[in-house]
Amino acid sequence: MKKQQTGQSMDRVDGRLKVTGGAKYFADHHLPDMLYAALVCSPITSGTISSINATKALKAPGVQDVVSHLNAPPVPGYKNAEAGAKDGLKIFKDNRIYSNGQPVAVVVANTLERAVYAASLVEVQYNQETHHTDMNASMNKAFQNNRMKDYLRGEADAWKKAPVTVDATYTIPLEVHNPMELGGIIAHWDTPDTLVLYAKTQGVKNVQDTMKKLFQLPEQNITVHSEFVGGGFGMALRVWPMEVATILAAKKIRKPVKLMLTREQMFTLVGYRPNATQQLSLGATADGKLTGITHEAVAITSPYEDFTEGIVAMSKFMYACTNVNTRYQLVPLNMSTPVWMRGPGEATGAFALESAIDELADKLHMDPLQLRVLNHADTDPERNLPFSSKYLKEAYLLGAEKIGWANRNAVPRSLQENGMLVGYGMSSGTFGAYRGKATVSATLKSDGSLVLQSAASDIGPGTATAMVQIAADVTGIQASKIKFMLGESRYPFAPQQGGSSTVSTVGSAVTDACQALLQKLASLGISGPDFKGAEQEVTVTATSQAGKERDQYSMYSFSVHFTKVHVHPATGVVRIQHIVSVADAGTIVNTKTARSQMIGGVVGGIGMALTEEAILDHRFGRFVNNNYADYHVPVNADTPPTDVYFINKKDPYINPMGAKGMGEIALIGFAAAVSNAVYNATGKRVRDLPITPDKVLDNKGNQPWKVENKMTT
Amino acid sequence: MNQFSYIRPASLKAAIDAVAKDNSARFIAGGTNLLDLMKSGVTTPEKLVDINRLPLKEIQVNGATLHIGALALNSELAAHDTVKSQYPLLSQALLAGASQQLRNMATVGGNMMQRTRCSYFYDTTMPCNKRNPNSGCGAIGGINRMHAIFGASDSCIAVHPSDMCVALAALDATVLVTGPKGSRRIPFHDFHRLPGNTPQLDNNLGKGELITGVEIPANDYTKYVYYLKVRDRASYAFALVSVAAALDIHNNEIRSARLAMGGVAHKPWRLYEAEKALTGKAPTEENFRYAANIAIQSAKTYPHNAFKTGLSLNSIQTALLKAATV
Ligand SMILES: Cc1cc2nc3c(=O)[nH]c(=O)nc-3n(C[C@H](O)[C@H](O)[C@H](O)COP(=O)(O)OP(=O)(O)OC[C@H]3O[C@@H](n4cnc5c(N)ncnc54)[C@H](O)[C@@H]3O)c2cc1C
Ligand code: SF4
Repeated sequence: MKKQQTGQSMDRVDGRLKVTGGAKYFADHHLPDMLYAALVCSPITSGTISSINATKALKAPGVQDVVSHLNAPPVPGYKNAEAGAKDGLKIFKDNRIYSNGQPVAVVVANTLERAVYAASLVEVQYNQETHHTDMNASMNKAFQNNRMKDYLRGEADAWKKAPVTVDATYTIPLEVHNPMELGGIIAHWDTPDTLVLYAKTQGVKNVQDTMKKLFQLPEQNITVHSEFVGGGFGMALRVWPMEVATILAAKKIRKPVKLMLTREQMFTLVGYRPNATQQLSLGATADGKLTGITHEAVAITSPYEDFTEGIVAMSKFMYACTNVNTRYQLVPLNMSTPVWMRGPGEATGAFALESAIDELADKLHMDPLQLRVLNHADTDPERNLPFSSKYLKEAYLLGAEKIGWANRNAVPRSLQENGMLVGYGMSSGTFGAYRGKATVSATLKSDGSLVLQSAASDIGPGTATAMVQIAADVTGIQASKIKFMLGESRYPFAPQQGGSSTVSTVGSAVTDACQALLQKLASLGISGPDFKGAEQEVTVTATSQAGKERDQYSMYSFSVHFTKVHVHPATGVVRIQHIVSVADAGTIVNTKTARSQMIGGVVGGIGMALTEEAILDHRFGRFVNNNYADYHVPVNADTPPTDVYFINKKDPYINPMGAKGMGEIALIGFAAAVSNAVYNATGKRVRDLPITPDKVLDNKGNQPWKVENKMTT
Repeated sequence: MNQFSYIRPASLKAAIDAVAKDNSARFIAGGTNLLDLMKSGVTTPEKLVDINRLPLKEIQVNGATLHIGALALNSELAAHDTVKSQYPLLSQALLAGASQQLRNMATVGGNMMQRTRCSYFYDTTMPCNKRNPNSGCGAIGGINRMHAIFGASDSCIAVHPSDMCVALAALDATVLVTGPKGSRRIPFHDFHRLPGNTPQLDNNLGKGELITGVEIPANDYTKYVYYLKVRDRASYAFALVSVAAALDIHNNEIRSARLAMGGVAHKPWRLYEAEKALTGKAPTEENFRYAANIAIQSAKTYPHNAFKTGLSLNSIQTALLKAATV
């Protein structure tokens, strides 16, 4: 019997290519006669362009053209509405400026340096209008749309009647995905109506579909390549206006054009996690049973799109509580549109909910772990359905054991180590376990090797590796003889890599395709283990999607995060010492890449908790820390030993592998595990992320806690 | 970035002449600051004079004095045996700065000459008196969390971002410069400037003057030293505040003390009064608190950096305690 492949820690099939520089990311491609683009971006935040003078730029060495709303080729898919009508920014459609950094022209030259220099020579005049970038100052504009209706179960605001209550405001700042690889695209019109793109994207089919609509071309006229992606975290889940601008420039000039953003432009052109303020109120009986949860959130969006996400989602089903009401509103500002960022919405909401639970535990003099277990939802209280699988209680206990939760003292400031205040914190996270629709083709070559193709993406989790393992188990073919090919729009359809659903969706289609292939081979009299004997290649294609089970069960992944932190008693500096994260994500297909995936999410969570914040100067509507030096993504020194554990029990319903998603839960809830630990260490509750030293201290920079007689070193 | 020409002279004189005679020329050493400034359009030199061929890399002990060439790399200096044993404060400060990769490129001269990290200075669409005199100070009414609490003026509240210079200030270094009119020695204290109403000037180096090296006199601060850097992320971040503390302790008495701070002023900020207060006292927590209190008396804060006063107080005390308890 062959060794089962899923569940092993197989090395990445493309690991060698990646570490030796052999993997080609979009910008590594070079086309004959290719030109380079640089963007001219608006320094104003609201208003109109009154003139663009490109004379000097056009005279600069190597410059081919300066493309703007004045001369861009028409986009047939732009309806006759203004550029910023509610269906997204139509770049170069007219002269209106909706946000700072909006591209107003693209300069194309024969070298990057020349394009960048010439961009500085384009003279643009603006009519400036009053802008609004401060959510707090624009609360009167808050609105709801039909994707964000109020939710009510039982009685509204029931928490108010409870004997023990928590009612607190939690805020998170605007965060930017900032993957190492910058955004951009290479656009080439092979003929006036065939478009070839090398994109940085989480979904080649999505890019193809967007182009189909924008340029009203048949699908086969649009080719999108995206074999390797250097991180996305959500920023590459859609086509951005700057990409369309580049495609328009290429169309006008009739040569391939490459655009690569600057780090600064990553803050204004490819989305962000919207800043949000949340009021979270809990009511409980004196013995800790939740009797009311009210969760009200306000987040920002652009003037031209209503970006919504699951900020209040978790509060509806995470705990067994009869009375729950939620409200979610948006404030439109002169900002570009947000986009899903790892753990979208839920990460924001979980910070509020899981901090409030900790505050409640403190008021009840109860262990927060015990409080969570006491209010555990055995069935989904929102949909009134059983969970397809849920091992959250097991995860709580495992995590508690591994971090040494028993060492925690519920009284803040009671533990010290080497002169540092010690705190323990925990939280939970959850995210929907999805399964979409995908198609995979499976081809058996005459040498007995197997080639699978699907237009999936891999932004880093190791998609192809997992698919090879799944296929190896279904077919019995050795993993080394299986190749999974992705990132090409000409392959059969797969959805975007988002929402932690790739293994579930594409893995199911791999399973179905491999099974169909086995049947076909059997009918041809070819059988394993070698599958030799076929005179030519045998190909089958299978499409796979979820069935009725999704109406019968609620499907969620769960995570539990535990942290141990040190807080310096004099400077307020927080350093996480140890992290334990446990995932209830069904069957783990590859324990090695899954572990990396969890650690990556945790590092994102450290950033959310301690360091990341994009800061705007509202007078100008501009970011003041739009670079890697000042926008602090965590570095190695911020990342302590991180122990990852998997429950690794098959979900019986979600898909043939029994694998739920994991990308999002790795981060969701993490920030609360840190803020709860900081409270445990210091007695100071920080409800406004990130937890920088100044927030741990009081507003004059002194310790809000009583300094012990013996000052520590 | 604008077009520029590039030369790499082999003699001191040629390098100095090239910059002295051409208003738009700049020296370039490691390039870790200058190139960023050029890419942002803050500095637009038409000629770069690469000084890396000049014989200014050496780190030597001359009698009782440590001589550091201006082109010594930050990483080499930090790892140098004599520096580690005789000037450990300098080594600690260097290692608290930037990242290993940057320290491998950054030179001592370039580190002293690095410009403020004030965001408004870097963003050419914003007002900034330092970049564009009389355009206003973006930070005073804007985001000023990282800004100065000591010695600022109504025209500029920027801080000098260096860690290395805080240690050099504490250790009474001397800057050696050579220019078109010959060589001179500038006490470290007089090298960097306060903003006053000329915030465009970071220091007192004249046109065409080249830093050739730095000298540190022998001292008794080999044991009781500590460089404390408080920052928003554990590494690779500029200081919210930093403290260089050096004590000469004998028989439970502080014979002399050196204290300087970073991240709080337009120049490395020496705490002379606090040093004086510690002299002759016992190295106790109370005395350290007392001295720290003296140091923060002249603090003046802005809407986002009020925390720096208390943080400075606590940090000075902590650095002194750490220095005293090796
Ligand atoms: C992301 C980032 C983070 C950083 N973090 C820190 C930090 O935490 N702490 C810290 O202290 N520093 C930090 N730095 C700054 C770093 O220390 C400086 O950039 C570096 O020291 C500059 O040295 P250089 O040789 O590269 O200078 P260059 O960039 O080559 O030159 C800088 C300036 O000095 C002038 N110059 C150079 N040599 C001489 C000379 N001999 N005589 C006269 N003028 C000269 C140049 O003309 C130029 O104006 C950071 C830098 C970056 C980019
Ligand atoms: S603080 Fe100084 S550097 Fe910053 S904006 Fe004001 S003048 Fe410019």
